[in-house]
Amino acid sequence: MNGAQDLGGMQSFGPVRLGTDEPLFDHAWERRVFALALAMGASGAWNLDQSRAARESLDSVFYLSAGYYRIWLAALIELMQQRELISEAELQAGRALLPAKSLPRVVQAADISAALAAGAPVTRTPAVAAQFELGQRLRVKRDTPAGHTRVPRYVRGCVGTVARVHGCHVYADSQARGEGENPQWLYNLRFEAAELWGDAAQNSSVQVDCWEPSLERA
Amino acid sequence: MHENDDHDHDHDHDHDHSHLDDTALRVRALESLLVEKGYIDPAALDVFIDTYENKVGPRNGAQVVARAWADSAFRQRLTDDASAAIAECGFTGRQGEHMVAVFNTPSVHNMVVCTLCSCYPWPVLGLPPSWYKSAPYRSRVVVDPCGVLAEFGVTLPDSAEITVWDSTAEVRYLVVPERPSGTDGWDEAQLAALVSRDSMIGTALATPAGEAQP
Repeated sequence: MNGAQDLGGMQSFGPVRLGTDEPLFDHAWERRVFALALAMGASGAWNLDQSRAARESLDSVFYLSAGYYRIWLAALIELMQQRELISEAELQAGRALLPAKSLPRVVQAADISAALAAGAPVTRTPAVAAQFELGQRLRVKRDTPAGHTRVPRYVRGCVGTVARVHGCHVYADSQARGEGENPQWLYNLRFEAAELWGDAAQNSSVQVDCWEPSLERA
Repeated sequence: MHENDDHDHDHDHDHDHSHLDDTALRVRALESLLVEKGYIDPAALDVFIDTYENKVGPRNGAQVVARAWADSAFRQRLTDDASAAIAECGFTGRQGEHMVAVFNTPSVHNMVVCTLCSCYPWPVLGLPPSWYKSAPYRSRVVVDPCGVLAEFGVTLPDSAEITVWDSTAEVRYLVVPERPSGTDGWDEAQLAALVSRDSMIGTALATPAGEAQP
């Protein structure tokens, strides 16, 4: 979706504001939102791509003005309400008004260290050979998907060179739609700045990870 | 604690303050509701917070970089399979399952961003700083890396080329800055003290030997 999350190449946001002490959390409630989002994310009620999609689906004006953890909070509430795990009336009341629904799992404190250290690798054994190879020139397809995508607007239609072949990875676009892992070959493409930005180009390039369905031979 | 949020400049302080209180109250209501419904173990929340506030952070990444500077065989393994090499140092897991190390040279400077959200290599760097997640950094670093670097006080030689890595999948990138001159014979602990968080994102260079903090 061409939402407010897709920021690459936008202008007029002003300078990068550097903090002096740069706390991880600016407010005490942000800490709680962070932990609530991780705990509920680990429940299996939704996957990581669905949580990203929920943040991107928020109103664009809200997304750009809310601040990071207000976005997390709004998306968390949305994900839970969509699944009828909680209701707005319960949030207003601050207590349960409806019976709890069952979750795939409830993450326990004692299990967290091991779970975080293990992570959740997304590489999968490929079912088919890669269509593209190192050094090949590829174009990112022009597209305007209504749902979640990890293809930034600023590379769509642009030609890059395959700089790395990462292997076969769970496909975020499918996962976000709840359609399963649908693993696809993942490539790192190198785009010269002039290809992306024209006359504004500096002596630079941008390297972007792209799944095979979004690519075609240049 | 900041009374006003960086993104809310249109709001006056009183308004903003009540806005914050509303948010804090909503978060409290959500937390107690989730506990009451049995969806979360309250003790789990504290473990998540303690892990990322106190246990995991950029000192992990600094150890990896220092070892890459001091040990050429490790540097090669970090080049070939960064996830495995970083695991050797004891750093694995969430948001670092698929690591790639990118090495600065005199002619190429690397920077990392996630233009679409805030992807960041948690096991080696911890949680990202606010600026990394902010619209100004995410929007500009891909198109104006020199301008962003200048705001961080970094000027590269005119001949240097910049490569910006946009973390659009689950691969996470760690910048290995150049080893400062004058550090021959330093051990890994001494070298690690020269490796700042920002130098591993690419918005800083490693600290010069003469400015080392004991």
